[in-house]
Amino acid sequence: MANLKTLAEREEKKRKFESGHSLCSGCGLPIAVRTILNSVDGPVVASNATGCLEVATTRFPTSAWNIPWIHNAFENAAATISGVESAYRMLKKKGKTEKEINFVAFAGDGGTYDIGLQSLSGALERGHDFTYVTLDNGAYMNTGIQRSSATPKGASTTTAPAGEERYGKQEKRKNLTEIVAAHGIPYVGQASISNLTDLSNKAEKAFNKNGPTFLNVLSTCQLGWRVPPEKSIEIAQKGVDTCFWPLYEVDEGEYNITYEPKEKLPVEEWLKPQKRFASLFKVANQDVVDEIQNDVDSDWEELKAKSS
Amino acid sequence: MSNGNKDVLTGHQVVANAMRQVEPDVVAAYPITPQSEIVEYFSQFVADGEVDSEVITVESEHSAMSACVGSAAAGARTMTATASQGLALMMEIVYIAASMRTPIVMTVANRALSGPINIHCDHSDSMAARDSGVIQLYGEDAQEAYEFTLMAQRLAESEDVLLPVMVTLDGFTLTHTAQVAELLPDESVKEFVGEYEARYPLLDVENPTTQGPFDMPDYYFEHKLQQVEAMSNVPDRFLEVQDEFNQLSGSNYDGLFDSYKLDDADYAVVILGSTAGTAKVVVDQLREQGKKVGLLKPWLFRPFPEEKISKALRDKEAVGVLDRSLSFGSSGPLYLEVSSALSEEDNKPRLYNYTYGLGGRDIKEEQIAEVFEDLEDPDLEHEMRYIGARQ
Repeated sequence: MANLKTLAEREEKKRKFESGHSLCSGCGLPIAVRTILNSVDGPVVASNATGCLEVATTRFPTSAWNIPWIHNAFENAAATISGVESAYRMLKKKGKTEKEINFVAFAGDGGTYDIGLQSLSGALERGHDFTYVTLDNGAYMNTGIQRSSATPKGASTTTAPAGEERYGKQEKRKNLTEIVAAHGIPYVGQASISNLTDLSNKAEKAFNKNGPTFLNVLSTCQLGWRVPPEKSIEIAQKGVDTCFWPLYEVDEGEYNITYEPKEKLPVEEWLKPQKRFASLFKVANQDVVDEIQNDVDSDWEELKAKSS
Repeated sequence: MSNGNKDVLTGHQVVANAMRQVEPDVVAAYPITPQSEIVEYFSQFVADGEVDSEVITVESEHSAMSACVGSAAAGARTMTATASQGLALMMEIVYIAASMRTPIVMTVANRALSGPINIHCDHSDSMAARDSGVIQLYGEDAQEAYEFTLMAQRLAESEDVLLPVMVTLDGFTLTHTAQVAELLPDESVKEFVGEYEARYPLLDVENPTTQGPFDMPDYYFEHKLQQVEAMSNVPDRFLEVQDEFNQLSGSNYDGLFDSYKLDDADYAVVILGSTAGTAKVVVDQLREQGKKVGLLKPWLFRPFPEEKISKALRDKEAVGVLDRSLSFGSSGPLYLEVSSALSEEDNKPRLYNYTYGLGGRDIKEEQIAEVFEDLEDPDLEHEMRYIGARQ
């Protein structure tokens, strides 16, 4: 199990994911990717869906990846890694490789909740031995902050903007972590870039399982969330402490809440610092904030009931 | 299944057997008529221990080709098969497979594209992939489909090619009919295809590679030109592979297209796939009547062997090009290629375009004979003619 000291020590080793990429300051993606890859012992091969992470880390002829890495298209990170993993199993069986190799797929929420959901579901059902990581920043950030099915209710995006008549996205977000858990895979974890030891422990568990595993990681986008870059971690922490984004796992079917806030904060503390939610704080929209609070509360109670 | 003997087999069976003999490391495929039985037979070979391959039973053709790209990039010999809507669905990744230089061999059991939905043969599916960067080989019968599948493996993996190869055979006409076919002994095929060593396998964890990176305008163009160069190497490599294959099998492939009584012909038709077989019968009948007619059947459609086809056709009086797909608002895809090939010739033949067989519409001997009759008319107008369609 990781602690702050081990996380720091791992940073001293040869990095699997290098600096020098062009992701924004305050972006949660490199924090998540580095922490996850640092949690793997031994070689790891990654597939990456189209998105900020892919674009900003592999502009030809540069690469931030010190591990084998493949990008195919937007919606098929899971199908692609299932091909790589199947090839590995067969080549190993035929004696063409002897290494023990881990496999990971990275994709954003658009590439997972929306366009890549079928590819992910298929790969999970087929039982490939890999870890799928969704880096959830709640919109299509790479293409300009368009709404995805992971966009939280009340957030303003470029395709579901707040205006005179509307406060932004009207619908509650899809609960992907539960959809994935319903596949009955060995391990599902929900984590955040604000809680790195928790994230690292979940990554370690995921990689050590046989079969498909899944991590859903809350990741700040300073542009899309309209927050100052230096507040990136702090705001993700608010998501966790308000229980908007509970940290939990489903380990071999068993639910565990891995972090329980000392004091569950009101959801406004998560919403208010983010300008994407600004229109919710017009007087007329107080009932929407209440609805969001009710949703968070009932989801949290449901999760606690599953975990007991 | 006997090897090295003539047998009566369906197109499905011969292709599945070619795959068994090649023994790819990975096959990723999704069911679709009229392809499904190829993968069914192959899966049975796997279940019976007759071939050591991993079959990924994906949830769509899009994932089939996506998994194939992952597998081939990993360094594994990889195959798939599809048809029609399946090819259309995987099309995005077919382009990527070519650009990532993955030597995937894929069978396409030609079937009309929707809509209206139709399960029968035409070439609209594979023609839609003609600009994707894959090599395309069209077979006339089960035997050619078998032999091209084996040759495709070598062609795809040629060091200065490294491109996916699509081997097509006409849906139902070839896939579902039993024909006399001769399979090579397993060990001969093993020797012919050899072991595959990928140059930059993703699984080489000591020498990590970044595959499929992001190109800005400063590199994209050059990367596409590398594909152009690879494609330009295909004709020579195909001829070399044919030579080796002939030595192994006693076949006599000797070109990029099949010529039937073409050399001294005054009138010729150009046809892809199984209808070429019917046309050969017609050529024989008309030859008996003293008519100097012949057939050109391209094996290789991508890259299109312009120069050689131009040479073979330029001294004809008239040529009829029979397309089995439409390019709405333009001439047929095959016609455009032939027409372009002949465009530099000073005394080119009169050239006519016919569309036939859409959605599995039969084409009969007498209809091909009528085409030859048309060609003899020096005043024949240049317009698309639709064979056997109610107007």
